[in-house]
Parts: sequence; C-alpha cells; structure tokens
Amino acid sequence: MHSFGYRANALLTFAVTILAFICAIASFSDNFSNQTPSAQIQILNINWFQKQPHGNDEVSLTLNITADLQSLFTWNTKQVFAFVAAEYETSKNSLNQVSLWDAIIPKKEHAKFWIQISNKYRFIDQGHNLRGKNFNLTLHWHVMPKTGKMFADKIVMSGYRLPNAYR
Amino acid sequence: MDWQGQKLAEQLMQILLLIAAIVAFVVGYVTASFRTMMLIYAGGVVLTTLVTVPNWPFFNRNPLQWLDPSEAEKHPKPQVVVVVSSKKKSSNKK
Repeated sequence: MHSFGYRANALLTFAVTILAFICAIASFSDNFSNQTPSAQIQILNINWFQKQPHGNDEVSLTLNITADLQSLFTWNTKQVFAFVAAEYETSKNSLNQVSLWDAIIPKKEHAKFWIQISNKYRFIDQGHNLRGKNFNLTLHWHVMPKTGKMFADKIVMSGYRLPNAYR
Repeated sequence: MDWQGQKLAEQLMQILLLIAAIVAFVVGYVTASFRTMMLIYAGGVVLTTLVTVPNWPFFNRNPLQWLDPSEAEKHPKPQVVVVVSSKKKSSNKK
C-alpha cells in the first residue's frame, strides 16, 4: 500500500475477485427460479410426402406451434434457443432426431408465441422408414445465461403419425 | 503515505468494494437487471479507486518522527566489544 502502483494493483485484483464471486452467485440464483414452460404443436397439414429419387423419404408439414417459455427467463438470462425436432425409432437407430424449426428468443416478451409455419428444415429420413411411422415432436430449449452454466430441457409431445402412403 | 495511512487505505478499499458488491447484487436481483448490477459495481470500483489510490492528505496525518541528526550524534550507536581470546581468532576477526 506504499505506492500508487501497488494500491492500484491491489484494488484491481480484489475488484476482479469480487466480480467473479458476484457472477457465481448470480448464476447460482438461477436455481431458485420456478420454471413452468408449456408447449403445444399441431400438425395442420401434410403438404407432401414422397420418396426422393435416391431412396430417402421426405415429408413437408405445416406446424402450428404454441409455446410459453417466459418462465425460463431470469435476470441472468441472455437468450433462449428453442427448436422443434421430430423424433422416431427405426430398426437401424433407436433414436432419430430431425430438426424441423428453430428460433432464438432474445427477450422475455417474445417467449410467449404462436406460429404457423411449414417446416423450416427438410424432414428427410435416412432411408424409407417414414410411411405409417409414429413419431414425437419435441420442443427442446437451451437457456443461455449471462454468466454461468447453460441449461437445456425439453417437452416431448407424442402421438403423431405419418400417412401410410406417399402423396 | 505514512504507515497509518497505508493501513487505512487498504481497509477502506476492501470495505468499499464489498459494500459496492453487496449493494450491486441486491439492487440487481430485486430489479431483475444484470446490467444495473454491473453498472453499480463499476461505479463502486471507480469510487473506490478515486478514494484509495491517490495519495490524499488524510493518509498523511501521522508522519514518522525521525530523530534529529544532532540528537543521533549525542547518543552514538553502542559499539560491539570483541574480546580477543587467541591469536588465531584475532586473525579471522573482521
């Protein structure tokens, strides 16, 4: 503490240590938030369903996505990344995940939404297993905090079925 | 900066930073604004820097009392008396 430089150095070191500590507590405080997200997805229409020339099945859907992810936002949340995946089982793979739609939600006000959209990314199976296939639509989300650990969770909606014939 | 001033500067620095951190966290958490927390803490760090880093007069209220040089001459440093016991040791004496 005897010189200007020594005092400046001591202050900077202590200030940054405390800053790291505050950020750690801020991240820890996220654990106390009460999260009650909800989501519904309806398939309004199967636009087309066909076999590609080289043998893979592809389907185009129109989805109606209703979700309320507002409770995921805390004071330490920077943004939330959400995506809808079709998940189904085939004889070759126990879990196939195909991302159909995604969004980055930057603000809490935008986290309660309703959207009607055809799939943003192509729903293609690696093979020809989609006819008459039961599948789940899962809303996954990743909560990106300002400081600390990233959280991920999902809501699984089951009971969807593709038609038995190409159209 | 004298000895008392150095101690005061260090304690002031630690206390001010801790208070700034606590106030910043509480206000930030209550208003649910991470930005407010960071701004308050940054303000606290700047304030603490201004208070404790420059050599302000109030850190120099207890200057060291050095002895006057003439006083030192009147009371000379006691000389170490070396008792010479043998010739061998005397040759090694500094």
